[in-house]
This record gives sequence, C-alpha cells and structure tokens, in this order.
Amino acid sequence: MNGMRVVQHPILDELDTSKTVTIYFDGQPITALEGEPIAAALINAGITSFRYTPKRHEKRGIFCAIGRCTDCMMIVDGIPNTRTCVTRVKDGMQVKTQDGLGSFERKEAEK
Amino acid sequence: MKIKETDVAIIGAGSAGLSAACQAAAAGARVLVIDENHLPGGQLFKQIHKFFGSRAHQAGTRGYVIGQQLLDRVEKSGAEVWLDTVVYGMQKDCTLGVVHEDEHWHVIAKKVIVATGAKENYMAFPGSTLPGVMGAGAAQTMINVNRVLPGERILMLGSGNVGLIVSYQLMQAGADVVALVEGAPFIGGYGVHAGKIRRAGVPIFVGHTIKEVTGKDKVEQVTIVAVDSKWQHIPGSEKTFDVDTVCLAVGLNPMTELVWMTGCEFTFIPAFGGHVPMHDRNMETTVKGLYVAGDVTGVEEASSAMEEGNLAGVAAAEALGYLGAEEAAEKKKEIWGRLETLRSGMFGEKRRTAKQSQIERMEAFEAGAACGQKGAAV
Repeated sequence: MNGMRVVQHPILDELDTSKTVTIYFDGQPITALEGEPIAAALINAGITSFRYTPKRHEKRGIFCAIGRCTDCMMIVDGIPNTRTCVTRVKDGMQVKTQDGLGSFERKEAEK
Repeated sequence: MKIKETDVAIIGAGSAGLSAACQAAAAGARVLVIDENHLPGGQLFKQIHKFFGSRAHQAGTRGYVIGQQLLDRVEKSGAEVWLDTVVYGMQKDCTLGVVHEDEHWHVIAKKVIVATGAKENYMAFPGSTLPGVMGAGAAQTMINVNRVLPGERILMLGSGNVGLIVSYQLMQAGADVVALVEGAPFIGGYGVHAGKIRRAGVPIFVGHTIKEVTGKDKVEQVTIVAVDSKWQHIPGSEKTFDVDTVCLAVGLNPMTELVWMTGCEFTFIPAFGGHVPMHDRNMETTVKGLYVAGDVTGVEEASSAMEEGNLAGVAAAEALGYLGAEEAAEKKKEIWGRLETLRSGMFGEKRRTAKQSQIERMEAFEAGAACGQKGAAV
C-alpha cells in the first residue's frame, strides 16, 4: 500500500503507517493513512488526475497542495468542489472524479 | 451567529502570526489566532533544512524544529488558537466573518493582525495544465508533510532558494531530479544550496526555459530550450527529458484578499511579489488598528516573517496599553535591528530597499492625507 509513500527519510522520523482507513475512488477501495489529505492517498495509489475542466474537458491534478488554487477539487461524500489537498480522509469516504462544475448528489437524490 | 470579542485577533498561524501572538499575549493582551488549516505552523513544518542568518535567528536549526519551539511558546503564552477555521471576510471596521466548528461567528477585536502569507506563482507554457505540473512548494508539502512523492522523475524550473532547496529535498525523499532549469543566465539562490544539488549530479541549465510539456493524461516529457538576452527561444537548442513531474519555483505572491476588503491602501512593489499593503514601522496599515506581518506584506522568508510578527504583536500590545512606551520602544528597536541584519548582504539588500520604499510610501500617503490630499503624495 506504500506506492509513493516516503517511509524512510534521512532527516524526518520514519513514517507511521500502522493506522489506516479505506476510502473509495470512483467506487474502487483505496487504503489511506488516518488523518492524511485525500490528495495524498490518491497520489500514493498512483492517481494523478482528479477532475475534468468545464469547457475543454481537460484533466487536472494538484497544483498548490495548500488549498488555494482549487485544481484538485473532487466530489467528496456528495459535496462537489471539495479541495482534496486540505480535506482529510475518513473511513468509508466516497471520492469521485469531478466533471466540470459538479453537482450536489444528495440534493438530486432527494428530488 | 455567535460573537467573540478579544483584544487582538490574528489571521494565520504561521511564522508571522504565531510570533505576533506570543508577543501580544506575553504582554497581557487577550489573543485569538485563527487558521484555516488543521495544524498550526504554516510553512515552517515543510522546511526541513537548516536556516541561515545569525545565531539570533537560529541559524543551523531546521525549520520544523523552529516551528515546534514557536508552538510551545504560543501554548505557554495563553493565546487561544482556532484551527480548521475560515475567515471568509473582513468589514471596514475589521470585524471578521468566521466559520468555526460549523458555526458562524463575528470576531470583534480591538486590533487585527493579518498574517496570511503567500501562494505560489504559476507559469504558462504548452502542457502547463497537465496533471504532474505543480508548484515546488506543493511538492515540498507532499513529501515533507504528507509524506507522499508526487513523482519519481522530476524537472525543476527556477533556481531561487525554493527551487534549489526543494530539489534537494525531493532527492532526500527518494525522487530522481533530472535537471534544474533557470531562465536567467545565473543561479538565483545561495551557492551552498546549488552546490549540494550539483554534487548530487543534477545538471543545472541556466539561460533555459520550458518550451513544452507533453503527455496523454499526465506529464510524460518536458522539452527545454535556451533563451537569448530578450528571452526568445533559440531554435535548435531544445533538450527533451522523460519525466513524470515538473515543478515550478517561479516566485510567490502575497495573499492580500482580506486586507483589500477593508479599503486599506496598497502599493506595487515587484520585488515583494506585486501589490502589498502600505504599512508603517509598527506594521500598522492605513486602516487604523489593522496590522500586517510576514509574506502578506511582501514575500521574503520565514525569519523576517517571524520578526515582523514580533513587531506587530509588540505594537498592538502597546497601542492597547499593555506595554509602556519606553518598554515597547526598546523591544521594537531590538526587532528592527534583527530585521536590518536579515535584510543585508548580497541577497538581502534588494529586500531592504523595497521595505524602506514601502514604509516611505506609507509616510507620504499619511502626510498627504493629513493635508486633505488623499493619495496625492503617492
């Protein structure tokens, strides 16, 4: 599960990978470290493309990783435009690729 | 809606904000620090290299250690810290609109210190929006805080200290840095950082820029090209590398949105990253009771941000009567002395003159305002 994980490091302490949760990327289960941002879990799993732009339908991934640029927005537990670089994983979380502006799935389900 | 009243509200729990909090709280003021992030410390915990400067600035100590020391001081100071809390707006009277623990708050403070920092610049070229092109700071956050490598074969654009240091840190995290590219004809950052990555075998191409990045769904190749003295591509000089990530270390710009909302006067200083709020030697802006500190006042580095935070914290405490004029003057003199040291030498001189100009423009503006000529002198 440690695809791109930096476990051993010459300066920093060894990464504790003992506590994990499971999130779902477009329905596929992914193991994530407790408390890490969604984007980190996805990148560790080899996923680099997070959404499609509204006009040209181009792929986008992370750019700033500090919640400023909004390139990493996805639909998280039904909420579109969620910044995955600053939103922490929760067990059972449903993370979906956002197409364009996204929509509130929960509201649609209530209709 | 709930209302929270305090003496000093500080937006941003990074180098500048936490330093300001320590000073104001130590003087006896009620202090509330607000930060959007889950953890305090701003960018300090990403900076795993040893800091430069004098012993007074903890040269030789790694950034994250300085960050932990600062957090310990804040905890002892009695300042309250609200994390995971967004300041979405600020009124002209500096009342803050805040979302804290899923509730809407108005924070009313006698003094407000904005220490919101800076964000990375973008650079456009064909392919620059492909997944895998990211800020150098983004890559640094991913490896040192989130502990995930954004890629395995990386090209870095920009040879300022951010580009140099992050290149080295990417190698420490296990990545292969295939090249470092710099548009100017010389390396921008410290020789000691450049030396480390050269000794590790990373080629540095000065006088080059990125021509294009290609790939189907993500970065697969990057082509660099030499530029002439007018920054035009020189045909035939292209070199192509197989990479999965391209990092951009092309500067930062201050995050001034909240300050703009108050109607504060700004001035344009390219050396500081663009439009920056005018402020005086107490870090107070043209809006009375509104202070700024750190990169939001102009992009520098963490040590200066901490000192500007110290200055704003002391000045706010003094204005509220928690410090006597003499005691405050003594503290501010010491802080300014340390700032002068940080803004000296070959690399600091540009920042010293930029800061001097920023303060002079504030003085000119205030003088003009006193004569009823708003902005005329600027």
